[in-house]
Amino acid sequence: MDDVLELTVAEALRRISDGDLSAGEYFDTYAKAAAGDELGAYLWTADPGPPATPPPPESETSRRRAGDSLRGAPLAVKDIFCTEGIETTAGSRILEGYRPPYTATAVRKLADAGARLLGKTNMDEFAMGSSTENSGYGPVLNPWDRERVPGGSSGGSAAAVAGRVAPWAIGTDTGGSIRQPASLCGIVGLKPTYGAVSRYGMIAFASSLDQCGPLTRDVTDAALLLRVAEGRDACDSTSVGIDGGVELPSRENLDGLRFGVPRELAADAEGIEAGVSEVFERTLGAIRELGGEVDECELPNAAHGLSAYYVLAPAEASANLARYDGVRYGQRADADADLIAMYERTRAAGFGAEVKRRIMLGTYALSSGYYEAYYGRAQRVRTKIADDFRAAFTRFDYLVTPTSPTVAFKIGERTANPLAMYLSDFCTVPMSLAGIPAISIPAGLAEPDGGGSGLPVGFQIAAPAFGESGLLDAAHALERAIDFDTRPPGVRP
Amino acid sequence: MIDRKQVLHVARLARLELSDEEVERMSGELSTILDHVERMNELDLDGVEPTSHVVALENVLRADEPRPSWPREQVLEPAPDPAEGAFRVPSPQA
Repeated sequence: MDDVLELTVAEALRRISDGDLSAGEYFDTYAKAAAGDELGAYLWTADPGPPATPPPPESETSRRRAGDSLRGAPLAVKDIFCTEGIETTAGSRILEGYRPPYTATAVRKLADAGARLLGKTNMDEFAMGSSTENSGYGPVLNPWDRERVPGGSSGGSAAAVAGRVAPWAIGTDTGGSIRQPASLCGIVGLKPTYGAVSRYGMIAFASSLDQCGPLTRDVTDAALLLRVAEGRDACDSTSVGIDGGVELPSRENLDGLRFGVPRELAADAEGIEAGVSEVFERTLGAIRELGGEVDECELPNAAHGLSAYYVLAPAEASANLARYDGVRYGQRADADADLIAMYERTRAAGFGAEVKRRIMLGTYALSSGYYEAYYGRAQRVRTKIADDFRAAFTRFDYLVTPTSPTVAFKIGERTANPLAMYLSDFCTVPMSLAGIPAISIPAGLAEPDGGGSGLPVGFQIAAPAFGESGLLDAAHALERAIDFDTRPPGVRP
Repeated sequence: MIDRKQVLHVARLARLELSDEEVERMSGELSTILDHVERMNELDLDGVEPTSHVVALENVLRADEPRPSWPREQVLEPAPDPAEGAFRVPSPQA
């Protein structure tokens, strides 16, 4: 049954509906594969066999929106999503043992449409990181080269999907946390428009930027997942859903579409590797061959995105993480101390180094006397970047960049230098600040600087807000032309 | 440059106990990151409105209808030290 592990979810659902595969067999094949995972991708996995509790009746709305049911398809879920009764840690020791009393809306909608929880995936603590080395529960290995990182923060989700221990997964993206690991693991990752998917039950990192999205083997599966997960939710007043829903992609050419290449985030991107540039240029050629027009464009303020992001995201995080104080959930340290000392020691013991760094950075940026110089300025830079995108989209349908300036880097290579790690998100952060949707699709293999065997390179396509259907359609056409083999060397026959 | 005294002040605001070694490291790392962040100062931001949120939403309201809240036991269940139907915390002066 190993070939079951090679099917996309859409293909598996077709087999199930044709009677060539049973839903139970599909789930069990993955449950066994997940239990044998050697990549560190999972923090919890479901047992094979029929579900302990029968699936809830499919709600009318999700059935209508989803078209066909997801028929028991296994789903890997980043451990940042609350799952009722199942430990949810966000990769942090401070939440060790936390069993939420409720389930996140995105997970519930997928379950209502028939998906079954396969496992909870490892991640950088509270989604802060670009390598999954900041997990409180150990690192995740990249299935293409186990000495390298899978990217982050949704590194467990990306490694599981690429490593054939999950057919698809959900993750979260604040500054690149879906797209960058998808790029480093050779799969598809989509960050939807801010507001497309409910954040209810998604443990908050930076609330004005966090968004849930799919990590999949192809673009069709990304569309299939998003069309179920998106939608307005009364429990998240910032959720609006995607007007008209999400169409499954069918486009085979790019005739008449205009693609802009922002120099600031492509050829001039900070720290870009030669091999990545080469694959990027080749992919621009593929767009032209499909009938698309490619032209240079300007995003004059985009190179400042990272600076603004590393003020705004830590500032919001410092407020969001104030709740972990040893009172309402998770771990408490030094119960004999006075109240303030209990808070301080609980947080000292429960948070890892990167989380502490961001809390400090955010608290500093919001503190009296510095607010305007850092937070106020960063909010204005955000406006300028959003305006840059608006202007670019009057001339272009889509903007394209490399997803990550580099291929997967070695475990430990960037841990001593926080700034070098932050640069991993150079090309993905501007879209997050503007709130627009962006997808990473695998475009080819490149040698890392310094040599070695070929590693996946992601190609990022960004669209105007709520333009997901068109974006997926264009990505689908390009994906067909590129014809990337998503199987890491270890799983090839 | 963020000095030791500033690090300790911010750590106090953030309710975070830091070891001497962490204070030392934090001072260097935060300074490096803030140097990079200050590249924003090259931009002319006069008259630019701040963006706190990208989706133009205002006053998202729901009908003001009474409904049951969660059962107390369920909310207290994950707490480290629930007692008498409440979250127990140490005294401010232990």
